[in-house]
Amino acid sequence: MKVHDTADSTISPAYRKALADLLYQLADDELCIGHRDSEWLGLAPDIEEDVAFSSIAQDEVGHSAFFYERLAELEGGDSADALAFCRKARERKNALLTEEDNGDWARTIARHFFYDTFDGVRLEALAESSYQPLARGVAKIRREEHYHHLHLHLWFTRLGTAGGEARERLNRAAQELWPRLGDLFSLGLREETLLREGIIACGSAELQRRWEERVRPAFTTAGLVWPGEIPAPAQDGRLGEHTPQLEELLATLSEVYATDPAARW
Amino acid sequence: MVDAVDPRLREVLQEVKDPEIPTVSILELGIVTRAQQKKGTVHVELTPTFVGCPALDMIRGGVEKRLGQLDGVERVVVDFVMDPPWTSDRITPEGRRKLEGFGIAPPKERVTGPFDIIPDCPYCGAGEGAIHNLFGPTACRSIFYCRQCNQPFEGMKPV
Repeated sequence: MKVHDTADSTISPAYRKALADLLYQLADDELCIGHRDSEWLGLAPDIEEDVAFSSIAQDEVGHSAFFYERLAELEGGDSADALAFCRKARERKNALLTEEDNGDWARTIARHFFYDTFDGVRLEALAESSYQPLARGVAKIRREEHYHHLHLHLWFTRLGTAGGEARERLNRAAQELWPRLGDLFSLGLREETLLREGIIACGSAELQRRWEERVRPAFTTAGLVWPGEIPAPAQDGRLGEHTPQLEELLATLSEVYATDPAARW
Repeated sequence: MVDAVDPRLREVLQEVKDPEIPTVSILELGIVTRAQQKKGTVHVELTPTFVGCPALDMIRGGVEKRLGQLDGVERVVVDFVMDPPWTSDRITPEGRRKLEGFGIAPPKERVTGPFDIIPDCPYCGAGEGAIHNLFGPTACRSIFYCRQCNQPFEGMKPV
């Protein structure tokens, strides 16, 4: 396997396209979930979670900035800010799970726990990526994500073991989210190239298998019933298929930027 | 832990402090991985404590300003690098001492499990505190609780 670095003239067009597609998936996932996290500011159930979700939001948006910067470097066109703020919904590659409204606290926790577990599995598969700038950033990001996963796993199992309304709401959230999980594991149209070129170490089926292996014990601890097989996705965010909730998210997210895109901050 | 830093530049970089912890320098935090001068250009590599740290631009500005004042320096180039990744082990012993003096417990060394991160209280020195919140006022800090002082305190996360 050939290893590549920034501005490497031997990168083939196919490699570049597949890598860019994956970087968009990573960047757009992190930007959407980070924005949703920030919406809890001032509204979380207690002050500790206000602090926690603000801090997690900052990390996630920071990670998205890292991936957008790698894209800007790779493609040499738009700046990282323009990639984050100016692309239309149909150009976005995030999974549907990351764009939807927060819902109640149980749904927020279930969604974030499912996403963080996936993110952990995906980052692990990128640790030895043939694209060096990606592998280096991933080594750093994994150290930070460790704390997100600890926190969300704690909340997921705590709401479940609490029983009563907490478990009921968590159970409802898990059941409702289940049919929306399918495209989380999708690697888009260029999975074959990503694997062949060693950009990612395993494909979507293996990512899903590893995810289930890690999420299942948390269901047992939380006293939840495993909702069964994850249905094939009706829409695939990796292909630019999204819900109106992403339009709303993007309108809010880019409101300030759009007032004067040339402003210097 | 600081690699490849020109001694003449080291003296100046010691004066660039963390914008949020003004007693601790960026050298003591272990974020400077390289600083070399070639003719009129100084090239500095910094490794961020956290990828999304909002203080990075301020730190870059501080480095450019201080080094730019040196005789014979025409240009300062600051790059953020991820290799080697910053870990809390990069904080120097002096940095650890100063953090504690500022009221922020330095990160616990020799962590044995995911929740084994509770440092001694920076005020009274007591151990066996509790985790109050894994997340704190900045990405790199957590909030702990001292059972002896009956007070919360901040500490750096081991990463």
